[in-house]
Amino acid sequence: MHADQPPDRVPTSISRRRFLGYLVAAPTVVAAAQLGAEALGMDGLVATAAASIPSLPEPSDLFDLTDLLTWATKPTANLVAVQMNTDGSASFALPRAEVGQGLTTSVAMLIAEELDLPIAKVRVTLADARPELVWNQITGGSNSIHSLYTPVRTAAAIARGQLLTAAAMQLGVPVSSLTTSNGVVRAPSGQSLTYGSLARSGAVTQTRAVTVALKSAAGFKVVGTPQSRVDALEIVTGRKQFAMDLQIPGALPTMVRRPPTINGTVVAVANLAAVRAMPGITDVVVIPTGVAVRGATFGQCLAGVNALQVVWGKGTEDGQSDATVAQELKKAELPMTPALPLTKTLDDVFTFSFASNSPLETNCAVADVRAGSAEIWSSLKTPIVAQEAIAQALGLPITAVKCHVVEGGGSFGRHLFFDAALEAAQISQAIGKPVKLMWHRTDDFRHGRTHPMCTSHVRIAYSGANVVSFDQRHTSVSTDFSHGLGEIISAYFAEIPEGNTLGYAQAVFNLSQNVPYNFGATTQMLNEVDMGFHTGSMRNIYSPNVRCAMELMVDRVAKAMAKDPYDFRHAFLKDDRSRAVLDKVAQVGQWGRPMTAGTAQGIAFHKEYKGVCAALVEIDCRAATVNRQIEDGVGGPRVTKVVFAVDVGLPVNPRGLEAQMLGGITDGIALALTSSLHIQDGLPLEGSWDNYFYTRQWNVPPDVQIIVMPPTSSDPGGAGEFGVAAAFAAVACAYARATGTNPTSFPINHDGPLGFVPLPRSVLPPEPTDGLDHAF
Amino acid sequence: MSTHTFVLNGEPVAFDAPDDLRLLWALRDILGVTGPKYGCGLDVCKACTSHINGKAFNPCSVPLSAIAPTDEITTIEGLAATVGAALHPMQQAWLDHDVAQCGYCQPGQIMAAVAKVRQAHAEGRQITDADLDEIRNICRCGTYVRIRTAVKDAAAKM
Repeated sequence: MHADQPPDRVPTSISRRRFLGYLVAAPTVVAAAQLGAEALGMDGLVATAAASIPSLPEPSDLFDLTDLLTWATKPTANLVAVQMNTDGSASFALPRAEVGQGLTTSVAMLIAEELDLPIAKVRVTLADARPELVWNQITGGSNSIHSLYTPVRTAAAIARGQLLTAAAMQLGVPVSSLTTSNGVVRAPSGQSLTYGSLARSGAVTQTRAVTVALKSAAGFKVVGTPQSRVDALEIVTGRKQFAMDLQIPGALPTMVRRPPTINGTVVAVANLAAVRAMPGITDVVVIPTGVAVRGATFGQCLAGVNALQVVWGKGTEDGQSDATVAQELKKAELPMTPALPLTKTLDDVFTFSFASNSPLETNCAVADVRAGSAEIWSSLKTPIVAQEAIAQALGLPITAVKCHVVEGGGSFGRHLFFDAALEAAQISQAIGKPVKLMWHRTDDFRHGRTHPMCTSHVRIAYSGANVVSFDQRHTSVSTDFSHGLGEIISAYFAEIPEGNTLGYAQAVFNLSQNVPYNFGATTQMLNEVDMGFHTGSMRNIYSPNVRCAMELMVDRVAKAMAKDPYDFRHAFLKDDRSRAVLDKVAQVGQWGRPMTAGTAQGIAFHKEYKGVCAALVEIDCRAATVNRQIEDGVGGPRVTKVVFAVDVGLPVNPRGLEAQMLGGITDGIALALTSSLHIQDGLPLEGSWDNYFYTRQWNVPPDVQIIVMPPTSSDPGGAGEFGVAAAFAAVACAYARATGTNPTSFPINHDGPLGFVPLPRSVLPPEPTDGLDHAF
Repeated sequence: MSTHTFVLNGEPVAFDAPDDLRLLWALRDILGVTGPKYGCGLDVCKACTSHINGKAFNPCSVPLSAIAPTDEITTIEGLAATVGAALHPMQQAWLDHDVAQCGYCQPGQIMAAVAKVRQAHAEGRQITDADLDEIRNICRCGTYVRIRTAVKDAAAKM
């Protein structure tokens, strides 16, 4: 019997749904499954984009349409494959980014589960850009595990089935008599064969479709158990490699001198030759975003960048400051629905400052552009768009550009864009040499992407003990969705006039926002204005602001009805699943316990990504705490306790899920209390982590309890962004209760005196020399 | 440009570089030691935290001219060797509590934490929450709570 013959692969089960996949012709066992558009979990969004295709530009403008369609028709299009190796391991090239959210670990768990293989023997790497995947290679919307859950398990289950087939042939026994565990196939006779020994003999010479049944949740041994990150050891030993740690031959350090205002242009450079002659400098070249300097070390590049004498042209937002943007937003707010008669109303407008999604690893990329080809290494969440846009910018065919996805040092939405990869490619092409481009921290805050400033106008009408209507008008500086759904066609749709605001932004808003309470007639509408800022989807996009405004108003209406904030929410939440997380935090967090004056509890709820969560926080707003003297930092109110309950349907890795909630809580505290960008004359003033006050150790709650609720579904929902909104809202509610105020501007310290001296806007700050004075 | 020598992770190194080049760039761009990360170059984010003669410092803010030939520089790559084990107790605590998310700041966090604990122990006391509040290292993933737990755990084994 040959491995290619259809075997009695897997026992069939009438009661269990079978999934379609493929055995792929390869030297070892390779099993694949289709990653489908429906698996994206954004069906409505896809439909919206598809319905809008007639308004796309002429086909001739879509330089890549033919290529795309060709790729899409290949028989292997959309396949993700698990490969068995002769050393007994399994490999999987993940068509997603890993930026700390723990996806490589969760996916390794799914493969380990269906293969009966230890997690340590599953090697998950990040796939290069694969244009044939079209809409299926975007990492965003906390959608990855939801979209990969079935395809990855299907591929792994087919691989296991084929290993069993090969073992059955070798041992001359029926497949049904064999069992698998720990990467070994065992026969009743006591004979056993390792997966490694079967990897070759199970290989097929012709790709063919097969179906397979997946393990039921009751049989899970790995999924649902807490697992540590697969890259933890590499991280703690310093061996984990990020883009700037790669040693690409000839790729020398490169930095860019950037304009004093957002999108400012280079008019002239007075001393190009002099800077080229500086020690260590190899090249200086003008690029669309500034002037690039390549040299032996980043220190020398920095000296070169600051020595440049540049005449700058105007940017896109030169006259703008916080106050002028606020006026723009006020003018753009959509009208409220006419108020109902005979009701009382509560009405207020909440303002949320610009915020930065800059990770600790600044924008960076390695690029090696040659005469007819280009190779890029960067943390890319939309590698297909990156490949296509870079090809277009370089004038190369798409097939001549290779985009390698490197693990990123955080993202928070930042890596949905490929600003550094495109810029590195342009520099490498201009000078004809490989470059290792790294943005300076100050530039990453000032010229990098931001979460746009926005307002949220909420009106609640109530009568007696009932809320009869809820209206919310969210008005924001335009959120850039020009990455589309991860490929160039939908990205181009976002580029056409009004396409971004009326298409993507509306779709994302409508598909993500909701009113989780029984509030009668509800409306939530978005309007966005001003395309001139560098913006993007920061972790949880609209929800932190929308939900913070809503939950603060929920507390106000509860107060107006003389009801307790928890009791009110419990009564008005729409379903038991929602009430379960709310009740859990109230119980564990001892809601209503006596609190000292100046301290208070706050409670909030959030529903998104097919999950529900709730946060209970305690905050200390007493003067002694608020006025703590912190050198180059903000003390301010301190959140002293957080109890957070999360129900994502099916938690794949509870330890990873807790980590994501912890990150969301830390973000929520920052957004409520300390972290924002101040725009002045067309540029954010913040230029360092001692200006942009993200949560620091002195702001961290000493007591955090995260409760992962038992499974409520057979499908996993999203986790990566899920924690932010409820945490932000709960902190805001606690602050309001502790101070007896109605805060309407966030973070609460934004409008106070600037907490730092802004770094110069024309040059990068000098490197300090006194590091040894601070050794401890 | 001159020749610089010091002891890096237990081994003597010698290389040519400008005197005013910050040590971080010498480590990363010349010597290929990439555990210390760039996060700001301003002695603020602390992602490059390493040890000089056992004390935590930030190589982004020290010119090569300030380093003496006898100075012992330890980066995350050389930390375990300082205790003669495969992992330093702090690294092990990081694994036990699954502290890291993206991992970019964690080499610096671990190096800072080791120094902070040593400092407290040198003063004959245990590490306190007030000590932990003084750690300035940024973690943009927000792992601070797990960091605090891991540091306390490791301190008991140091």
